[in-house]
Amino acid sequence: MASGFQGDFKFFDLGRHFSKSPPSSFTLSFEDKVLDYSFALQQLVYGLTVGCLYGLLAIGYSMVYGVLRLINFAHGDLLMVSAYVGFFGIVIFHLPWPVSFAGAIALTALLGILIDRGAYKPIRKSPRINALITAIGVSFLLENVALVTIGGRPKSFPTPDFVSGAIVVGDVSIPTLSVWVFVVTVVLLTLCMAVVKKTRIGMAMRALSRDMETVMLMGVDKDRVISFTFALGSALAAAGGIMWCMKYPAVEPFMGVIPGLKAFVAAVLGGIGSISGAAMGGMILGLAEVFIVAVQPEWSGYRDAVAFFLMIVILLTRPTGIMGERLPD
Amino acid sequence: MLDINGLSVFFGGVQALNKLSLQIRKGEIIGLIGPNGAGKTTAFNAITGRIRASEGSVFFCGEEITGWPAPRVARNGIARTFQNIKLYEDLSVIENVMIAAHSSISYSFIEAILGIGRYSRDEARIKSRAYELLELMNLGELASEQANSLPYGSQRKLEIARALALNPKLLLLDEPVAGMNPTETREFGQFLLTLRDNLSIGVGLIDHDMSFVMEVCDMIRVIDHGIPIAWGTPPVVRNDPKVISAYLGADFNGVMDNHATN
Amino acid sequence: MAVSRDRILTVFSLFILFSFLAYADSNFSHYTLRILQNIAIFITLAVSYNLINGIAGQFSLGPNAFLAVGAYASAIFTLSPEEKLRSFIIEPMLWPLSVISVPFAASLLIAGIVTALVAILMAMPVFRVRGDYLAIVSLGFGEVFQVLANNSMSITNGSLGLKGLHPYTNLWWSWGICVFTVFCTLRLVNSSYGRAMKAVREDETAAEAMGINAFRIKTLAFAFSAFFQGVAGGLLAHLITTISPSLFTFMFTFNLLIIIVIGGLGSTTGSIIAAVLITWGGEALRFFEEPANLFGFQYDGIPGMRMVLFSVILILVMLFARSGIMGRSEFSWEGALGWIKNKLSVMKV
Repeated sequence: MASGFQGDFKFFDLGRHFSKSPPSSFTLSFEDKVLDYSFALQQLVYGLTVGCLYGLLAIGYSMVYGVLRLINFAHGDLLMVSAYVGFFGIVIFHLPWPVSFAGAIALTALLGILIDRGAYKPIRKSPRINALITAIGVSFLLENVALVTIGGRPKSFPTPDFVSGAIVVGDVSIPTLSVWVFVVTVVLLTLCMAVVKKTRIGMAMRALSRDMETVMLMGVDKDRVISFTFALGSALAAAGGIMWCMKYPAVEPFMGVIPGLKAFVAAVLGGIGSISGAAMGGMILGLAEVFIVAVQPEWSGYRDAVAFFLMIVILLTRPTGIMGERLPD
Repeated sequence: MLDINGLSVFFGGVQALNKLSLQIRKGEIIGLIGPNGAGKTTAFNAITGRIRASEGSVFFCGEEITGWPAPRVARNGIARTFQNIKLYEDLSVIENVMIAAHSSISYSFIEAILGIGRYSRDEARIKSRAYELLELMNLGELASEQANSLPYGSQRKLEIARALALNPKLLLLDEPVAGMNPTETREFGQFLLTLRDNLSIGVGLIDHDMSFVMEVCDMIRVIDHGIPIAWGTPPVVRNDPKVISAYLGADFNGVMDNHATN
Repeated sequence: MAVSRDRILTVFSLFILFSFLAYADSNFSHYTLRILQNIAIFITLAVSYNLINGIAGQFSLGPNAFLAVGAYASAIFTLSPEEKLRSFIIEPMLWPLSVISVPFAASLLIAGIVTALVAILMAMPVFRVRGDYLAIVSLGFGEVFQVLANNSMSITNGSLGLKGLHPYTNLWWSWGICVFTVFCTLRLVNSSYGRAMKAVREDETAAEAMGINAFRIKTLAFAFSAFFQGVAGGLLAHLITTISPSLFTFMFTFNLLIIIVIGGLGSTTGSIIAAVLITWGGEALRFFEEPANLFGFQYDGIPGMRMVLFSVILILVMLFARSGIMGRSEFSWEGALGWIKNKLSVMKV
C-alpha cells in the first residue's frame, strides 16, 4: 500500500485543558443548556477563543487569495512550522518565551516568502489549477520533511506560566489563555488593517488585488508587494500557531492540515479577499463548532465535519461570503 | 423566424441593452451595428441564453425561447460564433467541428463503450459531415492540426464550420471578418450570400467593417449605448444623421472608407 | 485495413500480458505478486481519476471518498453474518446489512454502482463551482466521508474498521478489471461523449453554445470514474483484507494526483505509465524507509522519505515539465510503429 505515514487527524478534545468549574454539558438537559446563560456564556468563551485562532489563520489565506487568486494549500502547514520553531526555541535551546515566539513568527514569515519565490512565482502565468497542485506539493513537502527530520511522535508544547489559570466571573470561567488570545488577535488584526489601509504597501496590495496589470504598468514592484503579503499572512498564521499550541499542546507534522482547511472555510465564509471577513468567518466557525457540540455532545465526533458542511453550504448558496467579492470564474 | 421584442439586459449596474426589437426572417441577413460597447454582443448573449435578459422576449420559429439555457437554444437551431474566438484550442481542427455534432448523436454512452448499435453509424456520419464542412471552408488539409496553431483568419473560418455543424436555422456571427484582409472579406461575403441562398438560413451579423456589412446585409439595426437608434436598408442607414452622430460625429463615409482600405 | 492491424496488435499484446501473468502466478514470490496486483489497482484508479481531472477538466480532490465507499460497500457485502457479528463489537451492524452476504463478483458490482450513485448525488453541489473552488469542495467532501466513516459505527464499524476480509483479489481479478477499465475509458474518450468532455474542459461556454449540457457531461465523467474507483476500492479491500477509515485519507488522493500529473493530465496512456512507475518505484523506495544492514552498518531507515521525494518530484514537474510524460497524447499503434521505424532508421545511419 503506497502510503507512508497514515496521519491521524484527530481533533483534540477542547475540554481537556480547562479547569473543571464550568457546568459540564453532559449533566445538563437540553433545556437547561439552552436556557442556562452561564453555560452559554462559557461556550461563548471557548468558541471565541478557537474562533480567533481560526481567524488569524484565515486572514493569511484571504490576503494571498486576494492578491494572487491562489489558494495557498501550504498555509495551514505554517502553523506547524511555527509550532516546531517555538518548541525548539523553548525546549531545546532554552530561549526565553518572547525570543522564541518572535523567532517563530519571523522564521515562518521568511518561509512564506521563500515558498512564494521558489514555488509560486515561476508559475504565476499558468492556469490556477497548476498553482493549486504545486501548493499541494509544497504542503506535503513541508509535512513530510518535518516527519523525516523531527519524527512523527507528537511533542508536547510547554504551557508558559503566564497563560495558565483562569479568571472566574460568576459561573463562567475565562481561561487566561483565552484572554491572551483575544487581546493578541485584536491587536494583530488592528495592526493588519492599519497596514493594509494606511501604508503605501498596503495600498499596493489592495490595488494589486483589483487589477494586477494596471498596477504593474504603474511601476509598482509587484514581487515585493506579493512577498510582503505572504510575509504578513504567514506571520499572522505563526502567531495563531503558537497560541494554538498553548491550547492544544501536541505538536506533530500533520497538525496544520485540518486547521488549515478550516481556516480556508472561514475565509470563504467571510468572503475570500476580505481581511475583516476572514476574522469574522473564523469567529463564526469557532462558535458554530463549539455550540453544536455543546448542545449535542453525541455529535462530537462530527465536529470537524461542521466546517466542511458549512463550506459546502456557503459555496453553494452565497459564494461571495458575507463580506466578499464576486466569485471569480 | 427570430422575433425579438423589447429585449433589455441590465447587469453590473449598467443598462447594457435597452428595449431592442429585431426580426430576422428565413433567408435574411440582418446586420447589428453600433459603436464599441453598444451592447451588440450582449444582445447575442441574451438571445442565445448565455446571459439572462431582464426584460423582453425572444421568439424563435414561433416558440418562446426567452430564458432558455444556452445548450437548449443551440440544439433548437441557433448557432453562434464569438467575438474573441472561442475554439477548443488544444483539440484538433476536425475535433472542433465534430464536437458541435454531439447533440445530434443517438447513442448512449453504454453503446459507445460496447461499440454496438448506432455508435459506428453516428460516428461515421459525424466524421464525414465534419470533413464536408471543413472542405466548404477550405480548411480540409488542416483537419488534424491543432486548432490554436491556425492563422487568425482560418480560426475564424473554423468557428463558422463548427457553428454550421449544428445544422442551424439561424446563424449569429460576431465579428466574423475581423482580422481578414479585403480579399478574404469579399470572399467571405460571397460565401455568406451563397450559404444563405443554398441553405436558406437566417443570419444575424455583428461587425465593424462597414463596407462588408453594407454589401451583405438586407436590413441593418443600429444601436448605441444599448438603445436602438435606426433600422433600415443599408442606404437608408448609411445616411441616417442619428447613425452618423452616434459614430462620434465622424464623417460616416470617411469611416466607411477607412474600413474599406483596412 | 489499419483498423484490423490495430486490433490484431492489441489482442496480441493482451495475450502476452496474460501469458506473463500466468507465468507470474506460478513462479513469482508472494511479495512480487502483491506488487503486481497493486500496480493493476493503481492503474485502474489513475485511469479513472484522469478521466474526471484530465479529460473532463473538472479537478476533483476527493477520490479517496469514492475509494472508501467502494471498499466498504464491497467488504460489507462479502463478510458473512457470523463474521459481522464478531467484528461489530461496539455497535451491532445495521439490519439488513448484517445478514446479507454475496459472492465477490457481485460485491464489486455493488461497490461500483453505489459509488457511482454517490457521485451523482455529489454532482449537484460540486459542479456549481469551478476551478480551485471545485477542488476544495471535493476535498471537503472527502474529509466529510472520512468523518462519516469514523462515526457510523453500525455501518462501517467506525475506527475499528473491518478485519478478516477474504483475500479474494488475485492477479486475474485485479488485472482483468484493470484491462476492462482501460478499455471502457478509452472507448468512452474516443466517442462523442469523450470529445464533449474535452470541449467542456477547453471552453465550457463555447461547448454550451454548441449544444452540450455541461452539467450532464461532467456528471457522466464523475459517475463513470467513481464506478471504477469504487470497484478498485473493493479490490483493494480484499487484497489487504483489513480496512479502516484512516486508510482513505487525502494522502491517497495525493498519490493519485502525482500519478496523473506525472503521466500527463489528460492522457490515459500517461496515467498507465505513471501508475506503473510510481507504484513500482514506491515499492523500491520503500527500502529506504526500512531499517537495513548495509555493509555491516546499521541503517535505521527514514520513514516518510518516499513522500518527501514524491513531493519534490511533483513540484519539479509542475515547475519544469507541466505536461508530464505524455502531455495529452495517447498511445496508438500507428504512433508506436512510426517511432520504432524512426529509431531504427537513425541507428542504421
